[in-house]
Amino acid sequence: MGELAVTVIGHDRPGIIADVSEALARLALNLSDSTMTLLRGHFAMTLICTGEASASQVEQELAPLTAQGSLLVSVREVTPEVTPVGAGEPYVLSVHGADRLGIVAAVTRVIAEAGGNVTDLTTRLSDGFYVLLAQIDLPPGTDVAGLTARLEAVGRDLNVGVGLRPAEVDVF
Amino acid sequence: MTVLEWNEQRLGVTGTVRPVVTAPAEVLSQPSPPVDPSDPQIVQLAADLVATMRVSPGCVGLAAPQVGVAAQVFCVDTSGHPRSKICHGTFVLCNARIVSATRWERGREGCMSVPHLTGDVKRATRLTVAGQLPGTGEEVVIETNAFEARALQHEIDHCAGLLFLDRVPGPHAVYARKVYL
Ligand SMILES: [Zn+2]
Repeated sequence: MGELAVTVIGHDRPGIIADVSEALARLALNLSDSTMTLLRGHFAMTLICTGEASASQVEQELAPLTAQGSLLVSVREVTPEVTPVGAGEPYVLSVHGADRLGIVAAVTRVIAEAGGNVTDLTTRLSDGFYVLLAQIDLPPGTDVAGLTARLEAVGRDLNVGVGLRPAEVDVF
Repeated sequence: MTVLEWNEQRLGVTGTVRPVVTAPAEVLSQPSPPVDPSDPQIVQLAADLVATMRVSPGCVGLAAPQVGVAAQVFCVDTSGHPRSKICHGTFVLCNARIVSATRWERGREGCMSVPHLTGDVKRATRLTVAGQLPGTGEEVVIETNAFEARALQHEIDHCAGLLFLDRVPGPHAVYARKVYL
């Protein structure tokens, strides 16, 4: 059983997801994880599916979607990932302020240097106001106070507010 | 008797640990029927719920559907939890219902029956719940807040056939949960 990564990006219209998922179903591909959003009005979907079909078969099946040139589709065979167990504590990073060049680069570099891994990220720019929200796994034993101080220093340089808080999960 | 005075010894039976069922078990998504709190089977179920909660690491509440039984019964124990404020210790409630719920706040929840996901859920942080104690059937009213309030709402939802997933506000409020144990 192979795993395929599919991305679909382009001009939004009703029915793209229905078209894509019907094509995958025709090839007996099972949709496992997927995410879709509008990025500045552009349709953007990424998904992982599993089955016996090859990447080129999927591309062929999705060809009608790309025919008018308004959608870009890419299909790649990928190696299944093993989910790491027990590594890292979840944190939420939030950044907001006036739009400046390099906010994401500066902030995520600090996280990367601490060994932190971004597991979810959204950034939105609206009318000059920039917002970044990320979910981060920090390695066990991370000096969170030190990391927060470094993030705040970067925030001061860029004149944006930076916050890092544990994503406290209550399990019932 | 007040809820604070209650503990599982009052049940007079020894609890047995039961296996916890996980989604997509049918029992988790069906509303459970009300129970007779004095029914010996319900008293045993109450003891079993407490016993199962005790052996499950980090577990602060467990509802009957989570051990495969369709019944409006759950146990809670938020003692010693860092986010706990008002805390009534260990108790089991039958046929619990929310009397009032105010000051809603979003928080991230997980569930023993949905082991690989977490989600952001809005819950009341000031809560009044009414229900009956197993065995005596005595009607009790619990006023609580913060963490215990969240736990109670989560368990009452289980009895109504609802998972936290039914309450997340949008598609990007569900997260993969690693097992940290
Ligand atoms: Zn639960």
